Amino acid sequence: MAIASLLIANRGEIAVRIIRAARLLGIRTVQAHSAADADSLAVRMADEAVLIGPPPAAKSYLDIEAVMKAARETGVDAVHPGYGFLAENADFADAVVSAGMIFVGPDASAIRLLGDKVAARKVAREAGVPTVPGSEGRIAGIEEARTLVEEIGFPVMIKAAAGGGGRGIRIVRDFDEFEKQFPQAASEAQAAFGDGGLYIEKVIENARHIEVQILGDGENVIHCFERECSLQRRRQKVWEEAPAFGLSPSVREALTASAVALARSVGYRGAGTVEYLYDADSGAFYFIEVNTRIQVEHPVTEMITGIDLVAEMIRIAGGEKLSIPQDAVRISGHAIECRINAEDPAQNFMPSPGQVTALVEPEGEGVRFDTMLYDGYWVPPFYDSLLGKMIVHGADRKDAIARMEVALKALTIDGIRTTVPLHLAIAANPDVAAGAIHTKYLEGWLADAPLSTSLSPAASQTENA
Amino acid sequence: MSRVEIRAPMPGVFYRKPSPDSPPFKVDGDDVAAGDVVGLIEVMKSFHEVSALEGGKSVRFLLEDADAVMAGQVIAEIEV
Repeated sequence: MAIASLLIANRGEIAVRIIRAARLLGIRTVQAHSAADADSLAVRMADEAVLIGPPPAAKSYLDIEAVMKAARETGVDAVHPGYGFLAENADFADAVVSAGMIFVGPDASAIRLLGDKVAARKVAREAGVPTVPGSEGRIAGIEEARTLVEEIGFPVMIKAAAGGGGRGIRIVRDFDEFEKQFPQAASEAQAAFGDGGLYIEKVIENARHIEVQILGDGENVIHCFERECSLQRRRQKVWEEAPAFGLSPSVREALTASAVALARSVGYRGAGTVEYLYDADSGAFYFIEVNTRIQVEHPVTEMITGIDLVAEMIRIAGGEKLSIPQDAVRISGHAIECRINAEDPAQNFMPSPGQVTALVEPEGEGVRFDTMLYDGYWVPPFYDSLLGKMIVHGADRKDAIARMEVALKALTIDGIRTTVPLHLAIAANPDVAAGAIHTKYLEGWLADAPLSTSLSPAASQTENA
Repeated sequence: MSRVEIRAPMPGVFYRKPSPDSPPFKVDGDDVAAGDVVGLIEVMKSFHEVSALEGGKSVRFLLEDADAVMAGQVIAEIEV
């Protein structure tokens, strides 16, 4: 393989995960780190470490020049961007390649194309992937909007073309509301974004979030089945599963085939994820977006398929062809992942950085804890709150939920608050057991029964201890 | 006349402006009333306002925008 040394341009648990995969492949690892991460587990594990800047990410992990300087000075063959930070930055991928190194991920052109929402939707449609019914780009005016809404039906979302991250969105349920809201939305978008352009999209109510893992080598593309990620808070996934529950064989077949068709149409290289909204009542699924990187929740797919996705993406980047044919990818059992964050669920998820004064990790068959923690580690306040991921594998979903409860109770993280009590509450929730969930479920449930009332600080402490 | 310190209630990254394109909450020499917001601290990607506990005159900042800050570190001083 063309990769003998690898710079890890990321931090936290994913840096640790990448170092483990690289070691298995006999690759020398170089960990890029900020001043706040000099004591991190990834720095301790890597063969070499290189300081790239001060604690704020904008001056270190997000600074393309600083990362490139580290890559050149340490003479690595390749750069792994992990997730977040520069992972989906096409300019960074370009910079790595221009410097004569390998970017572990798809080509910059694929990142650019699939990262553009309108272009990605067009790619999906052309590959035969269902998209959410709505306007193709900007809608010309209220007349055109009215005709479209008659066709797709209520409820619909009116979105500011220049908005993003949930800003500039209104949902309307009938024509009276529509006639009022459409002109208002246009003038508000003009005032807020300097651009009054609007999109219209049908609202898929009570939708689940399902995503398909893909692997491509530029010629062949395979899927590694799907993940269920409907339990979210503030658009952040909290609890993920593989496979998705309650899919009929024909829906699973159509869903995974659509992701492969999309990836094949762009000659995809590397690991990627095609995200969908899934309407459980009708069995219909709709394209949301493609993530051109490894995902946080990749371990649940690894647990049910036995494939090491991180090693596979490094091998592909090194010029190898896919090592697994599609018919060798099979689902075995059910896996669940809980994201353990440094947040206090009893106090509205207040961040809780600080020192871990004791750490006990659960062990046992079918249990995996991907983490950046060690006993005595200071969790810095500068980055996201993910401490680690508790992952379990069971014979079926019911068994996996039961195993998760056991694993969470066997986990001790003292010194800081964590979201373990939230996950224990989810594991005991009958709606979750029944699969009666959707992407807005968790927030509604937390609003109706805040954990602060069911978990006194003392109870929270005990469950964390 | 004595000086009163405004300290960071939590660790993180200190910002003097509500958004990158906005003017600062306060500039050196401004007067500060009790409860006035003097900055933001970003901790684990969530933002928290830092308010002055008491009022005073002629604020002087000891940190630049986007500097790292420890809990309890002095952010600014005011004259009372």
